Amino acid sequence: MSAVAQGALAAAVDLNGPGHYLNWGVIQISAANLVIIGVMIVVFVLALLLPFPKGRGRR
Amino acid sequence: MSVRERADLVQPDESAEPDEAAGWTAAVRRRLVRELPPDTMLPDTQPRYVASWIYVFGVLTLAAFLVVLGSGAVLAIQGPSWWHTSDIGHFFNSLHLWSVELFMAFMVIHLWGKFFMAAWRGRRALTWITGAVAFLGSIGTAFTGYLAQQNLDSQWIAVQSKDALNAVGIGAYFSPMNFGQMLMWHIVLLPAFVGILVVLHILMVRRRGVVPPLPLRDRPAQAGAEAEPGTVSEAGQEAEAETEEQP
Repeated sequence: MSAVAQGALAAAVDLNGPGHYLNWGVIQISAANLVIIGVMIVVFVLALLLPFPKGRGRR
Repeated sequence: MSVRERADLVQPDESAEPDEAAGWTAAVRRRLVRELPPDTMLPDTQPRYVASWIYVFGVLTLAAFLVVLGSGAVLAIQGPSWWHTSDIGHFFNSLHLWSVELFMAFMVIHLWGKFFMAAWRGRRALTWITGAVAFLGSIGTAFTGYLAQQNLDSQWIAVQSKDALNAVGIGAYFSPMNFGQMLMWHIVLLPAFVGILVVLHILMVRRRGVVPPLPLRDRPAQAGAEAEPGTVSEAGQEAEAETEEQP
């Protein structure tokens, strides 16, 4: 991986600094965990909506 | 033909000698063949409704679990001085972490799918319970895994959780600040607990068959009957009856 690509990736996902947290009343959650939960919900919805491919031998 | 229907068709061969052998091994054999017929354990067809992405997350969880166990076994064999200092050690350490991340994510999506499908229908309560308890055991295993990282994070988590466990009165028996005890829980007791539950869960899925989707709201009215609670609905049976060859 080139130095430029490494730099861009490091800038997008900087894991060396302190984490970012979101606060809403008594609720506190890290931005990373919130993103993971969001991605899981998206995957769940896609699993319900996307058509399943028909393989060979299926009727 | 559905898994359950095929299980019902497994009848003793009339022409064969009846298995009347004495002794506990024969009794266990008869019980196993009756409870876990080979046709049901290793089916070559599945109901048509299984052809949906939401049904894939169970086996994705299982695949991730196998990677977790394999990478964990390599880490256990080589030891901390290897996984902290060598490139391959770092790779297996990361493989273990990310396979756990996927394992937990797939398991939670599987749980959501089964919850909204009311997957305990049709005498599948134990299947649901073993899955839910395996999920709780996995959280405990992940927790003790955090404690085994041997970094500032693990020390922080150990001290904080020690306070919490002391407050509920079990800190003397399960102490997060006792590294040896936590490592043994992580690599022996909890994996064995989760592994046994996963095996039981899969056996029960095979025995009862994959849960059919909930019927559409107007389907029972059209059929002229409301499905009995705890039984497979008419629409579900209809769906279950339509099977297809596995790829």
